Amino acid sequence: MNPAIQGLLTIIIGVGGCVAYFFFSNQFLDKVLFPAKGPNAGRNINRANQIRPWLFLFPAIFALGLYLAYPVIETLRLSFTDRDQGGAFVGFANYSQMFSEQKFWEAMRNNMLWLIVVPAASTAFGLLAAQLTDRIGWGNIAKSIIFMPMAISFVGASVIFKLVYDTRPVDQDQIGILNAVWLQFDGGAGSFLFLKLMPAIMVAGFGAMVAYVGYLVLLPFFKGGRAGGAWLVAGRVLAGVLAAWIVFLSLRSVVNIFGADLPYGEPETWLTLPFYNNFFLMVVLIWIQTGFAMVILSAALRGIPEETIEAAIVDGANPFQVFFQIKIPQIMGTIVVVWTTITLVVLKIFDIVFAMTNGQWETQVLANYMFDKLFRASDWGVGSAAAIIIMVLVSPILIWNVYNARKEMR
Amino acid sequence: MDNIAGTKSSLTWAVHISVALLVCLWLFPTVGLFVSSFRTADQISASGWWKSLFPSEQNLVLRTKAPGEQVQEGELFVIEGNLFADNDENTAATISVWGTSSRAIADYTAGDEADMGDDGRITVQPNGDYRLVNDVEFSGRRGERVFVTAETPPAFTLDNYQQVLLSGNSTDSMAKAFFNTLTVTIPATIIPIVVAAFAAYALAWMDFPGRALLIACVVGLLVVPLQLALIPLLRLHLGIGIGKGYLGVWLAHTGFGLPLAIYLLRNYMVGLPRDIIENAKVDGATDFQIFTKIILPLSFPALASFAIFQFLWTWNDLLVAKVFLIDATGETTVMTNQIVELLGTRGGNWEILATAAFVSIAVPLVVFFAMQRYLVRGLLAGSVK
Repeated sequence: MNPAIQGLLTIIIGVGGCVAYFFFSNQFLDKVLFPAKGPNAGRNINRANQIRPWLFLFPAIFALGLYLAYPVIETLRLSFTDRDQGGAFVGFANYSQMFSEQKFWEAMRNNMLWLIVVPAASTAFGLLAAQLTDRIGWGNIAKSIIFMPMAISFVGASVIFKLVYDTRPVDQDQIGILNAVWLQFDGGAGSFLFLKLMPAIMVAGFGAMVAYVGYLVLLPFFKGGRAGGAWLVAGRVLAGVLAAWIVFLSLRSVVNIFGADLPYGEPETWLTLPFYNNFFLMVVLIWIQTGFAMVILSAALRGIPEETIEAAIVDGANPFQVFFQIKIPQIMGTIVVVWTTITLVVLKIFDIVFAMTNGQWETQVLANYMFDKLFRASDWGVGSAAAIIIMVLVSPILIWNVYNARKEMR
Repeated sequence: MDNIAGTKSSLTWAVHISVALLVCLWLFPTVGLFVSSFRTADQISASGWWKSLFPSEQNLVLRTKAPGEQVQEGELFVIEGNLFADNDENTAATISVWGTSSRAIADYTAGDEADMGDDGRITVQPNGDYRLVNDVEFSGRRGERVFVTAETPPAFTLDNYQQVLLSGNSTDSMAKAFFNTLTVTIPATIIPIVVAAFAAYALAWMDFPGRALLIACVVGLLVVPLQLALIPLLRLHLGIGIGKGYLGVWLAHTGFGLPLAIYLLRNYMVGLPRDIIENAKVDGATDFQIFTKIILPLSFPALASFAIFQFLWTWNDLLVAKVFLIDATGETTVMTNQIVELLGTRGGNWEILATAAFVSIAVPLVVFFAMQRYLVRGLLAGSVK
């Protein structure tokens, strides 16, 4: 059968089936099972109304259970079994095999890098774009354009950026814009400005931001006041240590940037430069996610009460003080939401790495590692174990979201 | 904001420039691909796409026709033709200067006559027309070499689109993949909406024990990575006989899209005015009637938001299609997968790659620009609570 006709039939059967199910099951409930007449009319209506929600919910619960809840448990079970032994229980053998693989640790390291860089950069760019475009006449057009990559698939974006990163031999015209720009640098003053000073300032700015957040988290300790319960104290200490580590890494990178000896005049194959190629892949996702961050943060910025800003200006605050001390604190909640949403995307990132490098040249990430195990090595045990690792990384956000949702409903 | 204190910020121009820079930075990569899809393979590998937008100056070595094509006019032997046409070059180019020796390529301007002694006299016009005359018969097998400096106007072609969409070439053709993608996308967008709308209504407006728990479950499932679902569901599909195919991928997309659909629709429906629903109940409407006649029409914005999300997500998806749809025959390949395969087999053929990628990007872009309002609204409802 022609797939198009099959698709049409599926729409008709699927939609018609759903509507028919809802209609007839309601009819059955009201007319046959608990008719609203006769001696027990009142009781029947109550009973019908107790059952009806479940009629409405049944298809959704069934699909959610089968396609999302059951797989979580089944994957967990599979991660303890071995395919070659006919699915026999092997305990933690898959995990220990995975932990002994160097590729896995490479994927973990890269995923952590992605987790630090992409949400931070997307949120920062999004905030910048939101703040700037809100103040000019053609801001909406600018917003549309920055938002546009959201509609482009990860695969399409990979092709777009492969062209940007393309490399030709040194004696030919470069067709990748990045190499064309790179070859303009010759080690002079301009090179120092753009390739040393500006990246250093950006990294240092990132470090300063993390340090500030760390300071805010640890503030209760400095003031000597109550820092909350034992869990909260532990969380604060952990976050503080993490922030200190990231600040240390940033400072070290700043030193490295000034110390680095750049090979001017040679075209680079950007995607095969170990370690740095990760950042070139991240650029693709930052390019896509900035628009998302911008849209949400822009709405949050507009929601800030005018009075607070007016009061600050009357009190003599300059635009930077208004932004960092009046606006940012008021949209902190939204920034956290944007950050966690992008973090979720990053944890599952697969298409970009698969299409651009397929994990070669030390760019492996967890989702691609899992796909590799599953479909190239046909090893569902280790593949499931890798999926469980992704789930474990996601679960803090899951718990946080559920906690917030419940708090809100009360 | 700045003018309330009576001063207009002097930084306005800086804001304009920064935004313009940001916009250029964000637009540049896509424009590169778009422009490249209209250039020939030779053009793409000869120069960067940003140069194709302006006339380019080239130095070319061209040959006149071979002596075998000379004609006799009275006492003169003549070879006539057009340098660009004879050498399969772009005929829209304009010659500024030219020469007859590799050491002096700019000796003559267009229209001049050059005397080459025993080899004859040659005149070259700006458009490449030349006339080579001699008093004695031309001999030899090959034509005379002419060194020209020519300015070529920007040239674009639709051949790539012809090749990718209409040629039917089995490796390059995106036509089949385009229809396959469409076949995957439409049912996978519509079915979850129907299922989720009923569930969202129940969660928003019906009272029953366990409702809060169910909503919490939906919020939790919202973030479950679909990587976890791949292995068990593939085994399930193979086990119950669905195998790899459209039915499997429709079901999978429905399942994966449901949490967001329920969440978005419920949040929207909860905000609808309670009075309308209670009035309808007092007037004797059943829940089913309330849902179809009141709630559904009022929820149109939320339905549209989710429809766009799900459409973009299923259209752009690679992983689910690779796992649940594409079998060994490759008959059911979708565009994202086709592009990944092109990257592998034709990694250097940018004209095909760029065009194929642009064909797959075009539809989401149209949807995006046409329905941006709903997309933004959905995003705001989905993440800011």
